[in-house]
Amino acid sequence: MPSRTAAQPDIKPIVSMRGITKTFPGVLANDRLDLDIHTSEIHALLGENGAGKSTLMKILYGFYRCDKGEILVKGKAVSLHSPHDARAHKIGMVFQDFTLIPALSVAENIALFLPDLPAVLNINKINERILAVSRRYDLQVDPHAMVSQLSIGEQQKVEILKLLLAEARVLILDEPTRVLAPHEVEALFKVLDNLRKDGFAIVLITHKMKEVLECADRITVLRGGRMAGTMLKGEASEEKLVALMFEKKNPGLETGHRTSFEKPGAPLLELCGAETHGEGAQASLKAIDLKVHPGEIVGVAGVSGNGQKELGDLALGMIKCAGGRKFLFGRDSTNLSIQQVRRSGVGFIPENPLSMAIAPYMTVLQNMALTRTWKYARSGGLRMNWKAVKVDTERTMQALEFTFPLFVPARSLSGGNLQRMVIVREMAQEPRLIIASYLTRGLDVLSTIAARQALVRARDNGAGILLISEDLEELFSLSNRLIVLYAGGIAGSFKPEDTSIYEVGHLMTGSEVRNVATN
Amino acid sequence: MSQPTETVTHFPVFQYKAIQSTVRYLLMILFALLMFGLILLISGKDPIQSYKDIFTSTLGSSYGFSEVIVAMIPMLITALAVALPSRVGLINVGGEGQLYIGAAFATFGALTFSNLPGWFLLPLMVLLGMLGGALWAFIPGYLKSIGLVNETITTLLLNSVAPKIIGFLIFGFWHSPMDTVKTANFVAAAKLPSFFGTRIHLGLIFGLILLIIFWLVMKYTRWGLEMRAIGSNPQAAKRNGLPLSKYLVVIMCIGGAIAGLAGMVQVSGFYGTLFLNFSMSLGFMGFMICWLAGGEPLGIILMSFVVAVITTGGNLLQLTRDLPYAVINILLAFTLFIVLARPSFFKGKTP
Repeated sequence: MPSRTAAQPDIKPIVSMRGITKTFPGVLANDRLDLDIHTSEIHALLGENGAGKSTLMKILYGFYRCDKGEILVKGKAVSLHSPHDARAHKIGMVFQDFTLIPALSVAENIALFLPDLPAVLNINKINERILAVSRRYDLQVDPHAMVSQLSIGEQQKVEILKLLLAEARVLILDEPTRVLAPHEVEALFKVLDNLRKDGFAIVLITHKMKEVLECADRITVLRGGRMAGTMLKGEASEEKLVALMFEKKNPGLETGHRTSFEKPGAPLLELCGAETHGEGAQASLKAIDLKVHPGEIVGVAGVSGNGQKELGDLALGMIKCAGGRKFLFGRDSTNLSIQQVRRSGVGFIPENPLSMAIAPYMTVLQNMALTRTWKYARSGGLRMNWKAVKVDTERTMQALEFTFPLFVPARSLSGGNLQRMVIVREMAQEPRLIIASYLTRGLDVLSTIAARQALVRARDNGAGILLISEDLEELFSLSNRLIVLYAGGIAGSFKPEDTSIYEVGHLMTGSEVRNVATN
Repeated sequence: MSQPTETVTHFPVFQYKAIQSTVRYLLMILFALLMFGLILLISGKDPIQSYKDIFTSTLGSSYGFSEVIVAMIPMLITALAVALPSRVGLINVGGEGQLYIGAAFATFGALTFSNLPGWFLLPLMVLLGMLGGALWAFIPGYLKSIGLVNETITTLLLNSVAPKIIGFLIFGFWHSPMDTVKTANFVAAAKLPSFFGTRIHLGLIFGLILLIIFWLVMKYTRWGLEMRAIGSNPQAAKRNGLPLSKYLVVIMCIGGAIAGLAGMVQVSGFYGTLFLNFSMSLGFMGFMICWLAGGEPLGIILMSFVVAVITTGGNLLQLTRDLPYAVINILLAFTLFIVLARPSFFKGKTP
C-alpha cells in the first residue's frame, strides 16, 4: 500500500482527492483513489494505458464527475461540475490534444481564456502580461504570432501560459512530452522546475519512466484504476516503478538483434529526387533520395513538421510527386492510387490513428475490414464475410498479444487501444512494405515492446520498413539505417552504430549537415 | 443475408434506440403543432377546429388518405436523394433542380416516342429521368471531387437554373398550341398506372423499393461499408485506400438520378404533362424530411407521411378557414426548427 511520508509533513496538500470512484459503461476507470497534491511539487501520475490517470485528472478538472468520493481544495470540500468551476479554484489542465484556435494569435487565444476578460479588449495590456509571465518562467513566445504558425512545442508553451495568466496554481499536464523533441522536453522540464520554485503544484501524467525519475518529486503509480503505490523521489527506482505498474516482471526492452543484411534485394520503395509542394501547414519535400530494401528498417528522425508526414503520405500516394519519381517493388508507381499502392502490399500506420486511420462511428471490426474491403467482399460485394475479418484480426491480436474489444464503436477506444487496433490491422495483411509513423505513440511499455517486436519480425521475414519517429532511442535500437529530415530535405544518412543521439539531435535542429553512409 | 453479419455489425440496443427516437420525434411534432396552434389563435382562428379539419380531411376518409399517399410519393423519393449522398458526407440541396431536369428528360421521352407501347416507353422514361438528374448532379459532384467548390453551394445555385431550362423548353420546343405554361398532355402509354381507382400510382412502389435497396446496401454490402467509412472520416477512408473521389462523384450522381426519378414520377404519374414550376419545392421538402428523419429509411417514410398530411391538410385549411396556404409553411418551419434545435438527436445515429 502507498507509503504516505510527505515531503513537507507540516504543509497541508493544496488539493486532496478522497475515495474517487468513476465507472464508464463496462469499465471501472477509477476505484477508490486517494491523491494529495502539494504546492512546490511536481507530482507524477504513472501508469500504463487505461490505468485511469487521465480520468482521475479530468475529474479534478471538472471534465468528468466522479460517482463517489470527494475533492478538497485547501482543506475545504468543493464540487467541480465543469472546467469553469475548476478554474475558479485555480486548477488548470493542458490536454494531450491542444485546444488553441489556429486562426487566432497567441495573445487572442490567451485572452479568450482569461477569467476577467473585459468587453473591450486591450490587447497591448494582455501582451504585456504575457511577456512578463513568459520572461519569468522561460516560456518565450511571440504574442503576435498566429497559433497556426507555431510548432507543437510552442503551442504547448501557449497552453501553459494560458493557465498561468488565468492564475491557476495547480497545473495538470496530460502527457506533455509525447509530442516534443528531446531538446524541447528538456526546456519543458526547466519551465516546470521554475514553476515549482514559485510554489505551483504540478501534476504530470505520463508513462515514461525516465521523465518521472528525472523531474518528479512525488510519484503515484496507478494500475487498472487502482492505486498501486506512492513514493517520493528518493525512494523510487526504475525497477520499483515498473514492478508497481505491471504486476508481472518487466520482460525487458529487448527488441531482437539487428540482423545485418548481406545482400539486399531490389529496393521495395525507392524515391528518386522526389519533391512535393506543401500547401498551408504542409511541409514541402525537397529532392528526397531514399531506398528501403527488403529486410531492413529505415528510421526517419526529425522534429515534427519537417516533412515526416508528407514523406509517409508521398510513399502511400496521398500526396503526388511534384517532381522526381517513386518506385514500389521495382515498378514505377509515381501515379498509382492509394488503393493500388495498398493492394500491392503496403501497410500504413499513420501518426494519428483517430483522424487518419479509422472511421470513429463504425465498430472496431468494421474498421478492420476497411483497408481490404475487396478481400472480404462476397457475392461481388453484396455482402461481407465478417467471419473472415474476425479470424484474421484475432489471429494477429494473438500474435501481438494485444487485446481490445471488437464490437464497440472505434471512437470509444482509448488512444493506446486505437494505436493497437491500427497496428493489428496493418500487420494482419502481412505487408511487404510498412510505413509506420510514431509507431509506439500512446502505447505503454508492454505494448511498445510488442509493437517493436512485430516490426522486427516483419523485417526478419523480408519486409521493408520505413519507421518515422521522434523517439531517438526507438530509432537507434530498431533501425538498420537512419536518415534525418530537416526542413523537408534529408539532412543526414547513417548507420546507427556510426553516429550518436547527440549528432542526430543536432541535425534535427538544423545545426549541422553530414553524410556518412549514403544508401 | 447471413446470420453472422447481423450479430457482427449491430449493437443489441439498436431496436430500443429506434423506438425511443420514434417516440421523441412524435413528441416534437406535437410540440410543433402546439406552437402553430398559438399562431392560429393569434390570427383569430380556432386552432382545435383547424386541426380537426386537417386531420379529418386527410385521415378521416379513404379518399383523403389516398391523397396523402399521393402527396407523399415524390417526397419519399426526393428525401432518399438527400439521404444517400449524406452517407458519404455530401449535402445535396439540389434535389429540386435534379427533379426538374429529370422531369424534362422524361418528358422528352414521352413526347418523342409517344407511339411506343407503355411497357417499353415507361422504363425508357424512368431511365431518361434518372439520367437527367444524374447529369445535373454530376456538375456539383465533379467540382467537389476535384476540391474546387463545395457541393452545398453548387447544388443550391443550380436549383434556380433548372426551372429556367424547363421554361425555355416549354415555351420553345415543346410548345403546345392549346396551352401556355405546359407541354401537350402525355399519351396514355407514357403515364404510370394508378391503383384502386385513386390517384396513387406506381411511383409509390418505386419509392418503397428504392428505400429497401438503400437500407440493404448500407447494411450488408461492401459499398455500404465503404460509404459509411467515407462519411465517418473521409481522410482516413482515403488513406485506407478507398476511392474517395470516385465515390463522391458516383454517389452524387446516384442521388441526382433518384431526384430525377421523382421528377419523372411526378410528370408521368401525377400530372401527365410537364408544367412550368410544377414541383413547388418538392426537392426542398425532401431535404427537410431527410433531416427530420436523420437519413433513416423508416424515418423517411414516417416523416414524409407527416409532411404530406400537413401539406394536404393545408390546402383544405385555405378553403375552409380562410387562411393563406403560406401559413402551412409556418407549421413546416416550426417542425424543422424544433428538430434541428435538438441536435443531440442525431448524435446517437451512426451514419
